[in-house]
Amino acid sequence: MISVVINGEAREVPEGVRLDHLLELFSLPAKRVAVEVNKTVVRKVDWPVIKVSDGDRIEVVHFVGGG
Amino acid sequence: MSDTFTLGDSTFSSRLIIGTGKYRSYDEMKAAHAASGAEMVTVAVNRVPLDGKTESFLDHLDPKMKILPNTAGCYDADHAIRTARLAREALDTPWIKLEVIGDQITLLPDNEQTLAAAKVLVGEGFIVLPYFTDDLIMAKKLLDAGCPAVMPLAAPIGSGMGVQNPSNLRIMREQLPDATIIVDAGVGVPSDAAIAMELGADAILMNTAIAESRDPAAMATAMKLAVQAGRLAYLSGRMPKRLYASASSPLEGAIK
Repeated sequence: MISVVINGEAREVPEGVRLDHLLELFSLPAKRVAVEVNKTVVRKVDWPVIKVSDGDRIEVVHFVGGG
Repeated sequence: MSDTFTLGDSTFSSRLIIGTGKYRSYDEMKAAHAASGAEMVTVAVNRVPLDGKTESFLDHLDPKMKILPNTAGCYDADHAIRTARLAREALDTPWIKLEVIGDQITLLPDNEQTLAAAKVLVGEGFIVLPYFTDDLIMAKKLLDAGCPAVMPLAAPIGSGMGVQNPSNLRIMREQLPDATIIVDAGVGVPSDAAIAMELGADAILMNTAIAESRDPAAMATAMKLAVQAGRLAYLSGRMPKRLYASASSPLEGAIK
């Protein structure tokens, strides 16, 4: 297992997990969300090829009400 | 009568842009959106909760509405730029309401950081609508940076204080006759919206005044009418203000 921070929360995830599977692990939606790894956006087409590394800081965002 | 305004590649008939925050229920929000006649709504970018209780907020919006993501909650240019890039990736839209806040108490904009972020985002192809303090010189700089409109506040976000800066908004209108000016934040009641439009704003962006009213759908209707009334008044040209009376009825010929 490796340690990552997802949306500000420390989590242990399997070594070698790729971004698309990471979202599935946490039951996160894949539609109309965006993912950033270490402050850089990762395009959705790249999710299946990008491996999560130990210490990565990952943000998964969607939309909520706002002004 | 066609009285539209254009932003980027889009033309709008409604001069009212509204938010999606603070509503007590989705039903109230949807009713207010429908009543407002707005064609564009703002949304915020936010972390997906990790507890699995996620629902798609966007499903509650009328699909005909253009969605304008914002960078609310960002306190420096870098955060706002990252948020804009995430919004573009998630929604496949180049539109962004750029908001860089300088202080948590007032939520007043940090104009310097806003300009810095605007330059980067325009360079990346974003359609940047910047929220900023009502400063003419900053408006010029934002327009020079390539923003298709500027969005000065009328009062702090969510304050409902009304138009606190009529002279600054009027100066901005007079000095930038060709710019698209959208008054963003501060409106509390329809008369505030009418005043901003009478001063020459091209459109108004509001959220709390509708969402926090007792009857958001009715308030949205009132805001729609006020924006229309203010716009018509601006186009009609107001009478001059005079310190003393000017009789409406003939003084000659009155019986003695």
